[in-house]
Amino acid sequence: MALPKYTEPHYRIWHYIYLTICGAVFFFLIAPLFVIFPLSFNAEEFLSFSDGMKRLDPDAFSLRWYKDMIYGTKNPWGLAAKNSFIIAIFATIGSVILGTVAALGLSSRHMPYKGLIMAVLISPMIVPLIISGVAIFFFMAKAGLAATHTGIVLAHIILGTPFVVITVTATLSGFDHSVTRAAASLGSDPVNTFMKITLPLILPGVISGGLFAFVTSFDEVVVVLFLAGLENTTIPIQMWTGLREQLSPTILAVATCLIILSTLILVTAELLRRRSERLRGINR
Amino acid sequence: MSSETKQILTTDGIPLEVSLKKAERKNKIKAFLLVAPLLLFLIITYVFPIGDMLFRSVDDKMVTQMLPKTFKAMENWDGQELPEEEVFAAFHEDFIKLVEDKREGKLSTQLNYTKNGFKSIIKKLRRKSKSFEEGNYKEQIMSVHKRWANVEYWRAIKRRAPEFTGQKYLKGMDMYVNEEGKIVSVEEDRRIHRVLWLRTLEIAFFVTVFCFLMAYPIAHLLATLPMKYSNLLMICVLLPFWTSLLVRTASWMILLQQQGIVNDFFVGIGLVADDNRPEMMYNKTGSYVAMTQILLPFMVLPLYSVMKTISPSLMRAGKSLGGTPFVAFWKVYFPLTIPGIGAGCLLVFILAIGYYITPALVGGASGTLISNQIAFHMKSTLDWSFASAMGLMLLSGVLVIYWLYNKLVGIDNIKLG
Repeated sequence: MALPKYTEPHYRIWHYIYLTICGAVFFFLIAPLFVIFPLSFNAEEFLSFSDGMKRLDPDAFSLRWYKDMIYGTKNPWGLAAKNSFIIAIFATIGSVILGTVAALGLSSRHMPYKGLIMAVLISPMIVPLIISGVAIFFFMAKAGLAATHTGIVLAHIILGTPFVVITVTATLSGFDHSVTRAAASLGSDPVNTFMKITLPLILPGVISGGLFAFVTSFDEVVVVLFLAGLENTTIPIQMWTGLREQLSPTILAVATCLIILSTLILVTAELLRRRSERLRGINR
Repeated sequence: MSSETKQILTTDGIPLEVSLKKAERKNKIKAFLLVAPLLLFLIITYVFPIGDMLFRSVDDKMVTQMLPKTFKAMENWDGQELPEEEVFAAFHEDFIKLVEDKREGKLSTQLNYTKNGFKSIIKKLRRKSKSFEEGNYKEQIMSVHKRWANVEYWRAIKRRAPEFTGQKYLKGMDMYVNEEGKIVSVEEDRRIHRVLWLRTLEIAFFVTVFCFLMAYPIAHLLATLPMKYSNLLMICVLLPFWTSLLVRTASWMILLQQQGIVNDFFVGIGLVADDNRPEMMYNKTGSYVAMTQILLPFMVLPLYSVMKTISPSLMRAGKSLGGTPFVAFWKVYFPLTIPGIGAGCLLVFILAIGYYITPALVGGASGTLISNQIAFHMKSTLDWSFASAMGLMLLSGVLVIYWLYNKLVGIDNIKLG
């Protein structure tokens, strides 16, 4: 963004003001995440930087809250983490299978009522979560699935499929259908064609949709609040309870772990996106 | 005869047109069968339950079923004078049945919604009804309490006769049907729901405006910088996007608390006195700040994807034709970004209007939204039909915006990441 030499002074000033504004917005976006990091190593029980921390005194830092997170008896983080992973993994598998198959149908040019059906399939993403929560709760209560893992997994499949549908349809929009016809003309049956030809080509889209579904489930709290019983507690539920009652540094230790997890997911998603763009021949 | 000879036949002797149509239909069915599992799943677990909410929100069978004989007898009553003996006798019969099933408490709660003062007189009636003699129930019931001899209470009972009611929707707008059957607003100091609706709209609107003002410059920077720098800066947008909502809310709780870092900073630069730290959390400020930061990526990403497609040579052309950079920006660049602005603003507005978690944690009493009220009625007062009614009112608003979004942007154009 170097300015050309002939730029007049007042545009130069404007340009620097613009860059300063951008810097401030980037700071606003990212800085809050970095507050959590150091505070989770706080040796004391306060949620602000102690004098020792400001002096970078090593005694002011400790792993105390990480130990409490893992061994603490009061905090069922272990159970919550186990539940969260189980629920998120099954919800992701369900969302990916249902969403990918539906996206295949939706991308066919023969699909009738495409717009209407797409609107229905995307609706769980648009409808406010609180309303989805109420509706899903009514269904699960009637079906006898409230306060069960199955119920929560089904609820998260509902919330996760729109992301898979969107990412896979986007990948399929650049898909060359002549390759599947070529496979068929060489005697391959549709299932074989899908597994050997279509799936490898759309895999980046499927995986990034799956990542969205995973994060949606792993981070979801509104619907689970309606559905979960005591033994179905998840990490977001524990954090929600903790944040409402008392902000303890243990929550910050958990939050730090979650930030690391989301960084890993971000890196994976970015790599996949670039690979997918390369495969589709989009050079930007 | 001539048309038949012109018809092209396939090898099996079927006209080509028919054969093609058949193939077309087969493809249609094939495509539909692929979508069917998800569609069916969503219809059963999601679309029908939302319909169920609609049913619950207007359902008022409870009282109808508790007093079947009374309402039957009331059919011929014009509601002017006190009802005849036959209504009282029917009411007595229904009431005895309810007392046997121990359900008269539920009746009093329900009737109290319609008119205050039923609770005590139903309790009294239950006690006295044990010593009632057969016949002339009108006199006996009226002697229990003077309100039983008041025609307004009988009118209130009659108002609960229909099986369906729209009163929950009226309640959601702080209105009710008064004794004369007219729809009126409640007293000014009790209009809590209108305040909430307005506040929800206000917060959603301003969060959208703030997001737009902040996202536009950085989306422009990201779209115009060379790839290697913009990829790095993009992380600043994507990392918050992928991070747990609760983690981000927690960090704002730490930052905004009274002894928090933002306040420390303000004291440090001498903006506020140490003993007079402003309350930045548990009020509207908290909701505004946290929601803007959390929803900002949803504005940046659509803007970025639109700006990325605008060729820089357009701006250069504008300038070379004599426009100052500002004119070139305003006349050339800005109009081209309008689709992105529409997409981003609608997305952020839709998300903000239904926000629940963040306002509940940092909003306090003055920063909560309509979603929090719905959750409150679902979990605390257990008035599920009211929660459903409010939810559907919110939903209809969102659907209008969704429809607009579809018209302007198209749902298949939603891009993620």
